[in-house]
Amino acid sequence: MLEKLLLNHYEAAAVILSGIGLTNLLLQRNLIKKIIGLNIMDTAVYLFLAAKGYVEGRAAPILISDGAGGWLRSSELYVNPVPAGLVLTGIVVSVSVTAFALALTLKLYESYGTLNIDEALMKMTEEQHQLEARIDEAEEEVLS
Amino acid sequence: MNEELRKIWQSFFDWVMGNGPRPENEVIPPEPPPDLPFTQKPKDKYSRFHEATLKERYDQWLEIHGLHLFSVLYGSLSVLTCIVIVSLLLATVAELPPFGHERNPANNEVIRRYVEHGGHETGAQNIVAGLILDYRAFDTFGESAVLFTAAVSVLMLLGASRRNKFDDSKSPHADGAGMDFLQRGPPALRHHVFRNEDTILRGVANLSIPIILMMGCVVVINGHLSPGGGFSGGAILSTALILAANAYGFDKVHWFFNERTFIVSSSTALMIYALSKGYSFFTGANHIHSIIPKGTIGNILSGGLILPLNICVGLIVAGTLYGFYALFSEGDM
Repeated sequence: MLEKLLLNHYEAAAVILSGIGLTNLLLQRNLIKKIIGLNIMDTAVYLFLAAKGYVEGRAAPILISDGAGGWLRSSELYVNPVPAGLVLTGIVVSVSVTAFALALTLKLYESYGTLNIDEALMKMTEEQHQLEARIDEAEEEVLS
Repeated sequence: MNEELRKIWQSFFDWVMGNGPRPENEVIPPEPPPDLPFTQKPKDKYSRFHEATLKERYDQWLEIHGLHLFSVLYGSLSVLTCIVIVSLLLATVAELPPFGHERNPANNEVIRRYVEHGGHETGAQNIVAGLILDYRAFDTFGESAVLFTAAVSVLMLLGASRRNKFDDSKSPHADGAGMDFLQRGPPALRHHVFRNEDTILRGVANLSIPIILMMGCVVVINGHLSPGGGFSGGAILSTALILAANAYGFDKVHWFFNERTFIVSSSTALMIYALSKGYSFFTGANHIHSIIPKGTIGNILSGGLILPLNICVGLIVAGTLYGFYALFSEGDM
């Protein structure tokens, strides 16, 4: 198994990287660090896709001139072009998600003054209790 | 025997309910009348000292140790989950076909078709550009739309607080329902410390901004001939804008690029993309002669729609990335 893993060492590294990202996502209490963990997982996916598209000894998928006005079109010459397009999609979605998550985190920080998700949740629960108490008081006033 | 068992059960019951050891020949007082509210019930109805019940003890213990226990349990469980997932995936990776081999299942007839016919079908020298902007152009259209949507959402989240600070009464959403969650709390101060006389930064910016802009344009315009394209070229262009904003201040950049410019340029680029590619797909699917020339491979004016689509995508990406930077650092665009 180990030599097979060494044969596919790029994919193995991608899997380990995604594990690191997932652990970060689960264990960190700081929201910014959670988002960094998500980005590490994204990077693992790009590495995996790029490794799957590589073919030993072939050129990048840009047509090479044959020197006489034509182009070399044999598929034996170029690596797989599809993973490049897929990685592009992944990068764009990752950038969008990261920016949106960071904006939400910034709003949370402005409201609660903390980046720690536990403290923010505690403050939210406190606020909820205060709101419920106020609603109860108002109901009692209305009843009496 | 039965009596003994009953006694043992009784003492166990007392212990669970939090009553001390029962003295011999004790007189049990009568139950309080049932119409008393629950809260006014006497706590020690056996008129003995009140030990904590098992549930109370459990609650107390939970209050003291519960958080610690939970965090330890949560941490170890999440690490265990990750280890299990990683080892499962590693076992799968060990069974994958060898890295970089040409007979791998990923290199199938789809790839052969793209490489052998992509050149004269799309007119692009860069096969990846032909792939993402011709064969799969709607995928790239979706990507641009996702990027634009993300920029607009960030603008809505971060841009609103600053705007409402200045004209709270004039804003049409000042009293509108549904927008009040955006105005919660005072907006944090995130203004740049902008030094007016940063000569070194300005000198470097003067030198490098034209080169960066030129480089970005080259990468966008040569997207169908060389590595690059709208996404990478747009990112380079946005770095030029960010450098200008840092050297000369955001106010100077606002003269030629503000929120309105961004919205108008991005929407126009998306509309042009959708209409032109819709026309191209419609004619292609119905075997109608398309008026878009393919051109000869290797020329700048080749590749059919790829060049204008690359410029559209470059505009969107440049505006979006600069917008992210401006919104996060300044709170306005």
